[in-house]
Amino acid sequence: MTQREHSADAAQDFAGIDRAALLAELARCLPASGLLSAEEDLKPYECDGLSAYRQLPIAVALPETEDQVVATIKACRAAGAPIVARGAGTGLSAGALPHPLGVVLSLAKMRKILHVDPVARVAVVQPGVRNLAISEAAAPLGLYYAPDPSSQIACSIGGNVAENSGGVHCLKYGLTVHNVLRVRAVTVAGDIVELGNHALDAPGYDLLALAIGSEGMLVVVTEVTVKLVPKPELAQVIMASFDDIMKAGEAVAAVIAAGIIPAGLEMMDKPATAAVEPYVKAGYDLNAEAILLCESDGTAEEVAEEIGRMKAVLETSGATDLRVSQSEAERLRFWAGRKAAFPAAGRISPDYYCMDGTIPRKRLGEMLTAIHAMEKKYRLRCINVFHAGDGNLHPLILYDANVPGELERTEAFGAEILKLSVDLGGTITGEHGVGYEKINSMCDQFGSDELRMFHAIKRAFDPDGLLNPEKGIPTLHRCAEFGRMHVHGGNLKFPELERL
Amino acid sequence: MGEVMLEAFRARIVERKPLRLRGGGSKDFYGGPISGDVLDTAGHAGIVSYEPTELVITARCGTPLAELESALATRRQCLACEPPHFGAATVGGAVAAGLAGPRRAAVGGMRDFVLGVKLMDGEGRVHRFGGEVMKNVAGFDVSRLIAGSLGTLGLILEVSLKVLPVPPGDASLRFEMPQDKALEALNRWAGLPLPLVASCWQDGNLTLRLSGAQAAVSAACAKLGGEAIDDVEALAFWQGLREQDAEFFAGDAPLWRLSVPSVAPSLDLPGTTLIEWGGAQRWLRGDVDRVRIRELAERAGGHATLFRGGDKAAGVFTPLQPALMEVHRRLKQSFDPYGVFNPGRMYPEL
Repeated sequence: MTQREHSADAAQDFAGIDRAALLAELARCLPASGLLSAEEDLKPYECDGLSAYRQLPIAVALPETEDQVVATIKACRAAGAPIVARGAGTGLSAGALPHPLGVVLSLAKMRKILHVDPVARVAVVQPGVRNLAISEAAAPLGLYYAPDPSSQIACSIGGNVAENSGGVHCLKYGLTVHNVLRVRAVTVAGDIVELGNHALDAPGYDLLALAIGSEGMLVVVTEVTVKLVPKPELAQVIMASFDDIMKAGEAVAAVIAAGIIPAGLEMMDKPATAAVEPYVKAGYDLNAEAILLCESDGTAEEVAEEIGRMKAVLETSGATDLRVSQSEAERLRFWAGRKAAFPAAGRISPDYYCMDGTIPRKRLGEMLTAIHAMEKKYRLRCINVFHAGDGNLHPLILYDANVPGELERTEAFGAEILKLSVDLGGTITGEHGVGYEKINSMCDQFGSDELRMFHAIKRAFDPDGLLNPEKGIPTLHRCAEFGRMHVHGGNLKFPELERL
Repeated sequence: MGEVMLEAFRARIVERKPLRLRGGGSKDFYGGPISGDVLDTAGHAGIVSYEPTELVITARCGTPLAELESALATRRQCLACEPPHFGAATVGGAVAAGLAGPRRAAVGGMRDFVLGVKLMDGEGRVHRFGGEVMKNVAGFDVSRLIAGSLGTLGLILEVSLKVLPVPPGDASLRFEMPQDKALEALNRWAGLPLPLVASCWQDGNLTLRLSGAQAAVSAACAKLGGEAIDDVEALAFWQGLREQDAEFFAGDAPLWRLSVPSVAPSLDLPGTTLIEWGGAQRWLRGDVDRVRIRELAERAGGHATLFRGGDKAAGVFTPLQPALMEVHRRLKQSFDPYGVFNPGRMYPEL
């Protein structure tokens, strides 16, 4: 066992792992079908939803019970081997990218819905349960699970906990952290801990909030209690066209200023609607420079009142056309275009790269102007979809990995967008996580003191640094080497480190 | 002015002697026994920025909560989780204590509204976690960890909070109902799409608050029935719960707070009871056996806190399982290696 505590300064060395002994020990912990180590079996696990980064692990463990999770973790810990927990593998930041000397711990076989309580309005589920499956199980009771990431048909609740996933309705209904009451998890020492409970708070520090969004770096989740909320009687969406994207941005601010929190508030630019319309035929206004989707839900009376108020605000804000969904089918069609933005990008370009920065909404104009300039600078196209209500921007950079140099230009384009998100007072990731992908951009957002503290928090749970190492939080050495020596307030960010 | 204050705070912290962090001093009664010299944050005050259309306000720790709420009220916005003032509460103290008012079950607690913190650690270093945007998953969510940590991890210097519009419609209703029936009704109603934001049961009376679109509130009132309460009386009633100046909270008898699943049945304990948060928060007045009350709360799936009064020596908060206490100790060690901040305010070990 590695006894040395991992430090914030430099990466760990896992070279001494006895691969054969580890595989033998894992074979004792898991059923025969629950351990993969042949190269062709490992192949499907070499990447998550961000396929630009690929790596084969030593093995994939597929436990079926919490006891097997504990045994797998103990075996890895005894061998000093990295553990990369994985849900459905739909993540977009290479957070589940395998470690070359580690084990992928897939929770996909733990997919039982253990309990749905209509009175307490909670569901207790295993981590491999799909997000949408929870809402489907609760539907007969008139309830649902609110966070709805676009991948909800496939993504698992364990993965949602790891990433603090959002969705198009989170301005009103919150993120995963607002909708999970309790997590049962295994620590790297093999202890089972319960964070949160079925009440509204728990004694001590809010470790539940810390674990949600921790990207598999603190604990391995084996059970989740989610809050279920009453399904609104009715939902209607307004589709508003604008002849100027800035006007659309101002309309969003005006809706909020009028005291309305829409159930969903999304923006797409002209290149984005042009990409999705031939594909889904949502009925989007292709002449508009930007469209807004503005949803209201609740009782019939509430929706009528709110739609009326929103229409008035959007008209005053200069909308050139307004359409209100007249049926559930039409509402879903309006949304289908937005939800299909990523596959549509894949249809018009061999590859695309999705960014996830969040900015204060009032800085949208500056960001879009800068992105247009970057399109010229990097000679790549970019289409923009935007969770306008909460400032979370998803520029989709279109590229072709087979053209030499395009991937590198794409990465540089993306990194520049993220750097600008930080400079505009926002963040490098709103909902997709840091993972492996954005680890260098973390050096833009945080200084050495915060990064050291993040490493200390990780050590508080995982002293040996085995849970998803080299993800999420960069070492100070990496930041220095990466050359992100941004001058903030006249101070060099990593003054204590030698430069190479 | 801000920098001078930070230097003054740092100078105290690096002495490595126990400090008792204090804003308005409104919650001195809360938590474990207090020790250390007072570090007064009142001088580090003021709203740093307020962007109504971004739904975010940022204020320094010593800003009076009342000042922050008046600024929000001018734009018809509010802190939806209704942290209590208990007199002169400050923003920093409200976040550190993590307490919430009558709307908690419907809208979330303080941790749900914290977007970012600027924090001084136990070695005088300043950190910024989170920020001023709604969605932010870069790095661990330290801002929410700080909410409710009772000042034991660091000195909150600044905090950014999500704010919400004041709902246009508001009404309160009262029903005569025994406790069992009230708990059953509250859980049933919570499963329906009703704009139910607060509830209180006491002495055979169940009071409900409905807030939201005017049309939704009117429709819900018609559906639920009950006796409508006059607006002025209703406001005073909910205020009395939030600030604990209602009659139930008067006097010296120990006040216990039980945080349990809303569906937990009536708890068999002596003393008088008041139930909030749709059944999830139950107050108890009286000299109750602490072992018994903790057992009952735990059996119901929750925990019990000696909120006010009584004998604090035997622990105010429910003890943690050993593996979790070990994580707590290590976190405390990381933020505050010399044990400067509010030692013993949460647990004797921290």
